[in-house]
Amino acid sequence: MSEATAQKIPVTVLTGYLGAGKTTLLNRILSENHGKKYAVIVNEFGEIGIDNDLIIGADEEVFEMNNGCICCTVRGDLVRIMDGLMKRKGKFDAIIVETTGLADPAPVAQTFFVDEDVQKNARLDAVVTVADAKWLSDRLKDAPEAKNQIAFADVIVLNKTDLVSKGELAEVEARIRGINPYAKLHRTERCSVALADVLDRGAFDLDRILDIEPDFLEADDHDHDDHHHGHDHHHHDHGHGLKHYHDEEMQSLSLKTDKPLDPNVFMPWLQNLVQVEGGKILRSKGILAFHDDDDRYVFQGVHMMLEGNHQRKWKEGEPRESRLVFIGRELPEEAIRKGFESCIVS
Amino acid sequence: MKEFTPPPDSASIVSVTDRVKPVTLGMAVTSVHFLGPRAAFVGGEENVAFVDGKGEIDTVAVHSGGILSTASDGKRLVMGGDDGKVVSLDAKGEVTLLATDPKRRWIDAVALHADGAFAWSAGKTATVKSGKAEEKSLEVPSTVGGLAFAPKGLRLAIAHYNGVTLWFPNMAGSAEFLPWAGSHHGVSFSPDNKFLVTAMHEPALHGWRLADNRHMRMTGYPGRVRSMSWSAGGKGLATSGADTVIVWPFGSKDGPMGKEPAMLAPLQARVSVVACHPRDDILAAGYSDGTVLMVRLKDGAEILVRRNGTPAVAALAWNAKGTLLAFADENGDGGLLEL
Repeated sequence: MSEATAQKIPVTVLTGYLGAGKTTLLNRILSENHGKKYAVIVNEFGEIGIDNDLIIGADEEVFEMNNGCICCTVRGDLVRIMDGLMKRKGKFDAIIVETTGLADPAPVAQTFFVDEDVQKNARLDAVVTVADAKWLSDRLKDAPEAKNQIAFADVIVLNKTDLVSKGELAEVEARIRGINPYAKLHRTERCSVALADVLDRGAFDLDRILDIEPDFLEADDHDHDDHHHGHDHHHHDHGHGLKHYHDEEMQSLSLKTDKPLDPNVFMPWLQNLVQVEGGKILRSKGILAFHDDDDRYVFQGVHMMLEGNHQRKWKEGEPRESRLVFIGRELPEEAIRKGFESCIVS
Repeated sequence: MKEFTPPPDSASIVSVTDRVKPVTLGMAVTSVHFLGPRAAFVGGEENVAFVDGKGEIDTVAVHSGGILSTASDGKRLVMGGDDGKVVSLDAKGEVTLLATDPKRRWIDAVALHADGAFAWSAGKTATVKSGKAEEKSLEVPSTVGGLAFAPKGLRLAIAHYNGVTLWFPNMAGSAEFLPWAGSHHGVSFSPDNKFLVTAMHEPALHGWRLADNRHMRMTGYPGRVRSMSWSAGGKGLATSGADTVIVWPFGSKDGPMGKEPAMLAPLQARVSVVACHPRDDILAAGYSDGTVLMVRLKDGAEILVRRNGTPAVAALAWNAKGTLLAFADENGDGGLLEL
């Protein structure tokens, strides 16, 4: 798929709870002088102050696919809009899909996996979630949509950081990390994030699944910040700046082994796992070292949909480790760990 | 239906490729229709290109953006654009603005009735304009996927998510709902008005016998069906979407219920567009590799019209008499064949 990937039009999905600052980010993307033209699919006209003839109103119609898989939903309106947009190929470089504040990102993402025609022309680049530093902690308690959007994200823009204290910021970051430690997190005021940090991320490109380490870099930065400026009033707790939260409902689970996996056991296990638990698993990713195989195998998935491929040869001296990550709701951790262990060649 | 091997004597296929008058349109093409003696190639955006028998090209601007939907009755084209406009184009090349969506929404679907009435849709709303009567609109539960007029009476089929709404615009409270789970796009009545068929988002067709609303499932396609064409007399429905032309039998009162379709002209490429001859039992088929074939329905005998090796064939049409065949690939390289 990678050869064709280059010519496919990248699609960025922009989510975020009501009032977090999605439109601010969108306006920034459209007004900044980057020489690129974006087609923008929005749910409400009129919010965007920028003149652009490729702003399309969408209805967020979520359709179930007729393939017996209940969690397999797509955005019907997107299928239609992508079809129409392809008639104007060459008039734009990339597509941004803005969802409503209450939307689940999964049907948008799944549209790019399931629909043959959409897949031929476009590729999902990343799910970018804008979060409100002041209110996210509350929303994570009372709005399941907000939690979904954090769990699903490849990039989280934690906005309005100027409205909270250092302590509150540490708190909300810890809550985000409790759900999704893998997304790149950027702290911003008025969404002033470098556009390169939100666009053209290749988060769904199998060739760019190089590293699935948790994104702790930001946390270290933060820590450093605290000491440097020395005006933190919350020194009494948590010297390392990062509290650990465990979200009761939504978690991530990472698995790792340096022993080779048996593909004949692993593949059916993974297939079965996403078939049975796909409703709970929002995102999955893996880099795998198979027994008697000199190539790295990479995969990624959204709910029940998986795609995977041999990526490249293991490099000389590179540790042949297998790593898997699942982000989901009430994940059956014990069963997944046991199942994974049974795939190891003994 | 997924895999086929080409017939062993494919090298010796009858060819008329040397009789094709090549046409280079220099624009992306999505469909072609004959308006009088000229072929009207509809571009992906903005323009329609008329091509006459000599191969002369005359381009007419019709929309200020993408052309999303097209219907023709042989006398004029009705088109809907992403500029929110419904326009018509007649054989002389005259463009008429028929309607403008007040919110400039995309015109996703259009349909044209034999008596001159036309319909269009934007979002969930379908609108019909018939003669001097006022426009009439109906909102369906989800975005309209396709529109078609019944061959008799002023009746409109509106395809959408989870079924089709059948509507007599001149009768109040008359909308009838034909349910079937899934998203319905293209929709077509059989010429005898007995059956209604939709092309679904899933790679399948769904049909209803209108007398008793009995369901007909037509499945097995590897890809979505984007092109359907009724054979002369309406005995068969030819479709794209597989590596062979799939023709469903509609000759009997039960239609294709319990029957297998005919599978004609297998190639190692996907059929992208089909067009049945208006009088004889032959059809033309375009493929994803650029091939165009003429195929006899009775025995599947093939004649090569265009060789492979280009983008997919996007446009294919016969003139009303069936003496001219026009075609073009996605990039606008095409031809005219006089029979």
